[in-house]
Amino acid sequence: MEALVSILIGVMTASAVYLLLRTHTFPVILGLSLLGYAVNVFLFASGRLQLDSAPLVEHGLKQLPDPLPQALVLTAIVIGFGMTAFLVVLALRALGALGGDRVDEGEES
Amino acid sequence: MTAHLLILQVIIPLVSAPVCLLLRGDRAAWAFTLTVSWAVLANALLLLNTVLAAGSLSYAIGAWAGPFGIEYRVDTASAFVVLIVASVGAVVLPFAYKSVRHEIPAERIGLFYTCFLLCLTGLLGIVVTGDAFNLFVFLEISSLSSYTLISLGRDRRALTAAFQYLVMGTIGATFILVGVGLMYMMTGTLNMADLAERLSPVADTRTVRAAFAFLTVGVSLKLALFPLHLWLPNAYTYAPSAVSAFLAATATKVAVYVLLRFFFTVFGVEFSFEAMPVGQILSMLAVVAMLVASTVALFQDDIKRMLAYSSVAQVGYIILGISLASVTGLTAGIIHLFNHALMKGALFLAMGCLFLRLGSVHIQDLQGIARRMPWTMAAFLLGGLSLIGVPLTTGFVSKWYLVQAALEDNRWVVAVLILFSSLLAVAYVWRVVEIAYFRPARRVSLRVAEAPAVMLVPTWVLIGANFYFGIDTSLTSALARRAAETFLGIGT
Repeated sequence: MEALVSILIGVMTASAVYLLLRTHTFPVILGLSLLGYAVNVFLFASGRLQLDSAPLVEHGLKQLPDPLPQALVLTAIVIGFGMTAFLVVLALRALGALGGDRVDEGEES
Repeated sequence: MTAHLLILQVIIPLVSAPVCLLLRGDRAAWAFTLTVSWAVLANALLLLNTVLAAGSLSYAIGAWAGPFGIEYRVDTASAFVVLIVASVGAVVLPFAYKSVRHEIPAERIGLFYTCFLLCLTGLLGIVVTGDAFNLFVFLEISSLSSYTLISLGRDRRALTAAFQYLVMGTIGATFILVGVGLMYMMTGTLNMADLAERLSPVADTRTVRAAFAFLTVGVSLKLALFPLHLWLPNAYTYAPSAVSAFLAATATKVAVYVLLRFFFTVFGVEFSFEAMPVGQILSMLAVVAMLVASTVALFQDDIKRMLAYSSVAQVGYIILGISLASVTGLTAGIIHLFNHALMKGALFLAMGCLFLRLGSVHIQDLQGIARRMPWTMAAFLLGGLSLIGVPLTTGFVSKWYLVQAALEDNRWVVAVLILFSSLLAVAYVWRVVEIAYFRPARRVSLRVAEAPAVMLVPTWVLIGANFYFGIDTSLTSALARRAAETFLGIGT
């Protein structure tokens, strides 16, 4: 399972980097969310991947997943959600005010 | 009361932010925010006083003792940075009233002050927390509110600037999160003091080295270290004037503090500077930042953008001091942290005065403006002198320490380059002074009057501080040295 998850994280990060390097706002927003997902899955996996185990503690079981990374990821998801929401609104406002959706809209180059 | 000073530092602005949102009318919101910011400053002064007497202060949130609960911890360095943030906030707010009314639509002013308070909360929280993940949360609070503040700028390009800053800032924060996650993976703790103990036995692993690299890059993005500074010029140029002044004086400084905290407290100076080549890399980037950013500043026609590039150069000075990892170097870095907050705060406030009257800070619109707005331009001139590092100003004190630290380390070339980059500062400040003082006024600007006293007084308070701390350096240099010694683990 570890190998699968790490490949998944790698693919997500690579796609995120590709999308972040685009010139239009929408792919960049997607890229940023994807990067957030990749990091969240990474942190989540660091608490050990295990099926059918107790949520916090269980007698007789030595190897339990660490609940703290899950709590951290939950916080990070909430923050990421807020960021994405604001980013979408910002991009829409920029589209309305500047008439374009390039990430450097309005700058004389 | 003293027992709770530490938590009050964060709780006061945090609880005030939603209250501010409920207030009707821009005047009420402003008066409320002003009161809060002064309360925060008073609290910061009390905190510094307590810390100077006690050495350090710790607070367990909800009485859950560390390392399991979230611990807030303040030593001399953090109390000093808290004081910088709180006093800049308290000085900028009186200024903000007219400036914000001029630049932001009336229906958004309440929201503006709410975001301002949240930003203050985040910045103070970063500094007082002793928990690595809590630091990330506060970082995101301060970042999200500063993106909002920047996007409120009157120029439509503020939206693009905020977008760029948000993308870069979030990437930086993601890096920091990965770094914190990797540290947790190796140690099973998030408490900084606990991390410091548990990291050294496992320091020679790839995971810890990766964590260090992620944190360094992430924080460098936040503090706009060359070449990760690209978000900064646009953000400072298009933000509302009061926001430019506040963020230029505090946001990058707090990020530098985070870097210091991770390098010296969490990873320890042996690991950061001997096992990892970060000293060489940072000092190289810092020198390039000083030279390149100062040169770029020379060719900017928008004065706010010029000052923004100058900020990148000044961050270079701070990082250079830190990268030497000696007591003198670190003292130079920390003292410049304070001094740069004073001079950039003053200069951006002067820009706000100009913007209020002229509606622009383009160099062409400033022709002969010194005759119309003598106090504003005098403030700019004196602030500029401090930026250059003329004796009797704070800028001189910083450069004195910095050159001394470079020479102590036998880096003659670096010392010469510091002086050379000061010459570049002379050139870009002079360019503005020449146009403002010696060119005939344009017809449009003949009707322009001096900025109102409520805006001039805060500007001049900061200018006064520039000279006060330039002449009487005992307080700042003692604090900076003590903070440096704490970071390096020497002395008390």
